Formats: sequence, C-alpha cells, structure tokens
Amino acid sequence: MNARSETRNQPLLEVRNLHVSAGGVEILKGLDLSVNLGAVHAIMGPNGSGKSTLTNVLAGRPDYEVTEGKVLYGGRDLLAMAPDERAREGVFLAFQYPVELPGVRNREFLRAALDAVREHRGLQKLSVREFNKLHEEKAGEVEMDPDLIKRSVNEGFSGGEKKRNEILQMTVLDPTLALLDETDSGLDIDALQTVARGVNKFRSPSKAIVLVTHYQRILNYITPDHVHVLIEGRIVKSGGSELAHELESKGYEWVKKTVQSGSEVGV
Amino acid sequence: MAKTPATYDTYLAEHREFEKGLPTQRPEWLERTRERALSRFRELGFPTARRGNEAWKYTNVAPIANASFSYPLNGASQVEPADLTGIAPWDDTWINLVFVNGRYSQALSGGQAAPDGARVTSLGAAIAADGGVIEEHLAQHATFEHDGFTALNTAFIRDGALVHLPDGEPLQSPLHLIFVTTDSGQPAVTYPRTLVVAGAHSKVTVVETYVSLSATPNFTNAVTEIVVGDGAQVEHYRLLLESADAFHVGTSRVYQGRDSTFASTSFARGVAIGRHDLRVLLDAPGSSCLLRGLYVTSGTQHMDNYLNIDHAKPHTTSRLKYKGILDGASRAVFGGMVLVRPGAVKADAQQTDKNLILSDEAELDSKPGLEIYADDVQCGHGATAGSIAEDAMFYMRSRGLDSETATAYLIRGFASEITDAIDLEPVRACVEAAILGALPRIQAGRGS
Repeated sequence: MNARSETRNQPLLEVRNLHVSAGGVEILKGLDLSVNLGAVHAIMGPNGSGKSTLTNVLAGRPDYEVTEGKVLYGGRDLLAMAPDERAREGVFLAFQYPVELPGVRNREFLRAALDAVREHRGLQKLSVREFNKLHEEKAGEVEMDPDLIKRSVNEGFSGGEKKRNEILQMTVLDPTLALLDETDSGLDIDALQTVARGVNKFRSPSKAIVLVTHYQRILNYITPDHVHVLIEGRIVKSGGSELAHELESKGYEWVKKTVQSGSEVGV
Repeated sequence: MAKTPATYDTYLAEHREFEKGLPTQRPEWLERTRERALSRFRELGFPTARRGNEAWKYTNVAPIANASFSYPLNGASQVEPADLTGIAPWDDTWINLVFVNGRYSQALSGGQAAPDGARVTSLGAAIAADGGVIEEHLAQHATFEHDGFTALNTAFIRDGALVHLPDGEPLQSPLHLIFVTTDSGQPAVTYPRTLVVAGAHSKVTVVETYVSLSATPNFTNAVTEIVVGDGAQVEHYRLLLESADAFHVGTSRVYQGRDSTFASTSFARGVAIGRHDLRVLLDAPGSSCLLRGLYVTSGTQHMDNYLNIDHAKPHTTSRLKYKGILDGASRAVFGGMVLVRPGAVKADAQQTDKNLILSDEAELDSKPGLEIYADDVQCGHGATAGSIAEDAMFYMRSRGLDSETATAYLIRGFASEITDAIDLEPVRACVEAAILGALPRIQAGRGS
C-alpha cells in the first residue's frame, strides 16, 4: 500500500500518545500529532523539549525506545518498518547534523538511494545521463558548489553546505513526508533563504512537511499551516502561523505559564 | 637452531629432483648461491618458534611447516589466456609476462614488446644469456642468512622475472608480472622470483600479481628484489589474489639510491595464511618511499603485513599508509618498523594503519614501531581499529539503502583512500571488485 494512494481526508501521519525513551530517560511523554497531505507543520520548542527525538523516531533511528503509543503513516504502522523501508515508502529526514561518509561519493550515493526508492515505487531506474541531468538541475536550485558534488558525502562541507546537501537529497528522492530537523540552525541568511526556497518549491498538495525548529527565523520564509509548541515531551499549544510570531515576541516561558495556569490549549 | 620436521626432507628431496632438471651449463656463482641457501634452509627451517621471535610473533607458520607440498615441474599446458584475464587485471597495451608455477610461459605472455635497451624477460633465459646485472644483484638484497623462507626460495632459483632498465630510460608501458599456480592434483609449492633493476634516472611501473587456478591449498613462497637507482622512479603494485585457502609468504626487498622514489601499493585478498614482508632500505640522501596497503580477510584467514623502513642516510622520507578490513574470525597482523640510523638527520617518517572490523570475532594485532638513533628527525605513527559507525549506517538507511548495500558502500568508502590512489585503471577495478569478493558474508547479504 502506497501512502500516496490514501484518500485526502485520512491523515498522512498520525502520532498517538507517543512515549519515547533514550538511555532510560523518557523524552517524549504522550505526544499527539496529525499531519495531512499538503500541510506544513512547524514544531517549535526550547532545547531538550524532544523536537529532534520526534523526527528521529519517525525516521527510525535505532537509539530510541518507544514505550507507548503508535504512529500510523498512510494508515500503516510506521514504527514496525525498518529505517530504509520508511525511506522507500516516502519518509525523509533532513538531519540536524548530517553525517560525513568518507570515500562515499555524493552523486553515486544519491543515485543508489534513488534507484532503491524508485524500484520500491515500481518506477524504472534512471539512466546515468537522466540521473546526472536531474541531479545537476536540483543542485543548481540549492546553489550547491559543483565541486562538492564530486566529493565524498558531507566530508569537509561547511554547516551550510551540509544543509544544502540535505535539501538536495530531499528534492531528488522526492519523498511524501519530509521531516526537517533544525535545518535552519547554524545557517547564514543566504543559506537560510536558499534552503527555504528549496522547501517552498517542494511544498505541494501531495506532500507534507514537519519542520522542527528552535527559532522563529525560518518561518519568515516558510509559512506553516500549523504551529505546535513542544515542551517537556508534549505538545502543549497549537495554532496557526501567527503562533510563531507570538512565541518570538513572548518567548517559551509565556507558553509554559499559560499552560501551567490552565489556559486552554488551542488546536 | 630449529628442529627439523620430517616435512623438510620433502623439500630436500624435491631439491635433488630440481637440480637434475637444471641446464647443464650453469653459472658457478648461481650454483654456489643455491647451495648456500639450501644449507641455510636446512639450519633455519621455517620460523615456527614464536617465543622471542618478534618478526613472527603473531603468525603461526606451523600449518605451512607441517604440510607437505609437491614441487610441480610444469603445468603451463593447462592454462588458457582466458583463465588469466578473468582473475587478474589485464591490459593488452601493457608488457605482460606470465609465469606458471614459477616458470616463464612464452605462449601466455604478450602485449607490448619491451623497447630497445630495456630487458623484460624470463630470469632463467637471462641467466643463461648474460649474468652481469643479475650476478650483481640477485640474492644480494633479499638475504637469506636469517630467513628460512627466502633461503628456500633462493635454493630453488631457476626462473622468474627480470626487469632491467638502463640509465635514463623511462618505460612508459606498465609491466605486468603474473604468477599463476595450477592444480597439480595435490597441494603444491612454487617459488616465484623477481629482480627489478631500475638504472639511474629511469622510470617504470611494475605490477606483480599472484593468482591461483585451483582451490587446492597451494603454497607460494615468493621473493622480489627491487633496485631503484639514483634519481629513478619505481611504481610498484603487488596483488595477492590467490585462492581463499592458499598459503602465501612474500618477501620484497627494495634498495634505493640517491633522490630515488619508490611508491608501492600492496593489496591482499585473504588467504589461509598470508604474509608480506616488505623492507625498504633508504640508502642515500633524498630517497623517499610511499608504501600503501590494503588487506581484506574473512572466515579463519590470517594476513600479516610486516614492514620495515630503514632510514640509513640523512634527508630520507617514508610514508606508510595501510588499511585493513576484517570479517568473520579472521586475524590480521600489522607490523610497521621504522628505523632511523645514527646520523640519518632530517629523516621524515609517518605511518598509519587503520582497520575496519566487521565482526566481533575478528582480531587485529597492529604494532607500529619507531627506533630512532638520530636527532633532528620527524617521525610519527598511529593505528586505529573501529567498526562501522552506527550514525553512518542510519544516515544511509534513512535514504532508502538496505543495510547490506549501505555496508558495502561504507567498506568501499573506507578502502577508497587506497584504491583512489591507484593510477592504473584495470588494477583499481580489479582491487575494488576483490574487496567485496573477499567478504562472502557481506556479499551474500547483498544477494548478488
């Protein structure tokens, strides 16, 4: 069953009462999130609130233990799938800290990944020429230095170059659900704009984006449909894009106080 | 003195047969060398004693010493050219010399002819024709006083490869020396022998490849001597591609003159017991060597790289960069000894040995060592061993690659520091393919 074939009124991603521990410490403590196709969700929260844990668990990083709850992706049990199966099913994680792969060439790696993804989707492999053309076009869009493409994956890349490479991989692999883990952190304004442009171009009614960030800054360039505030392993407040601006001016302490004082949590 | 196992008698008996087959016209100097070597082998035997024997501390040669190997007198007729092109790198534009069970095969050799002035030929034929340069160098660099394997090889010198470049003659075309062992119905021993003499300011690329056409646990006892004249440049590749159950002991001795350069890449695909003992003597100022190596072992294989670099004179430079990939319950040994002799000021030596360990049962003994008797030198060494990084694995899988494919990429990536530096495309392609070929567990996982 392909996630794309699901009807529009069923959420693409449904996270229900998710509890996750790492090293015996509970990080997510009953998280709920529902993401429809076509939607961009921003998840904001202070350091240590569990933002990265959420995206990493969704992508299948092995260091975490799910102790309770479930995650449905296109109606299927996402947590039962191996990380590579999730990727082939259309889940993509843009890493907060992209990994360097010495000796593994960028283009060869991405081509192998695309082959695996396309094969899974019942599509023909691209020829070398077709792939190179696609790759060149997408690399141009994120303004990747052509020299970097020939190098080993992320090896010796600056922080900004690594993030551009993540977006390049995303646009080539063409996932259904993109999870962006603090893709904005550590970027200068040019890189931030380039990355945001890549995400906006990717945005479509047949895709969904979950964007995790510490800062409101990137939301000046990517307007989310929904904003959620994650504090201490739970989503404590949700709203529209205006919530991000409110957070920027009032800070996370403001949310903590309103939640503690029993104010209504908007949805 | 080592105790003499009964199997040594087999070598002595075979040597009597060997002598009967020698040509009636034989140079006296060679006759004497063989006799001295044989008598030295009788005294030394194989280095089975481990205690107090640093050079063989981690490698047990008892399986070789206790086994009985026949000495095949021929076997060339069994070999077809297509047998070789499938298992060894091959390029028709190179100068290709093929040796079957240690003997030169004219029928199988081919490719380009050597240019005038250069001698690229059968050592046996060259000895018969004109001993000059051979007498000057043969068994002079690979001395057998303390080495039973070299003594035995030397006792059996009859044929092999001779490469002699006159002063100032660069040889553009790579030279490929392929040593093949065949199936003689029972385990056999062969004694490949190579002498390379690169005259002053000459330049040559030599590829030495060892392959077997049988799964029989044959024993190859190979000795190579390379003389790099003043200002000469020698690029050397050594490819151990024998069968997974083979025994292989290779000894390479390199002598370098003033301002000469020697660059070597040694690749070893795992065998039952493999050893490459490479010693470089930097015997004149300005000489430099760059030694690269890659070894891949699996199952219960054992590979030992024993390297010695002797900085005998001032202003000498050495770089040593080896990498290993170990799977199964295999074992690899790396010994890298750098000696800086008194007075060898401004010596500059760096060595590293890095290993990728794919299994909990694999074992590595890495012993880099420095012995420095001069001031004002720059020397460094380092050894590492690690498994496949979990974050790299997750990163690759998060892009859709299954774990077997990701592992294969990471292994090739690890090796690329060595393989990317191989300038000869057929050699690089062969080595890259042989890496995964040497790891049956990984390859089976990929379903290919």
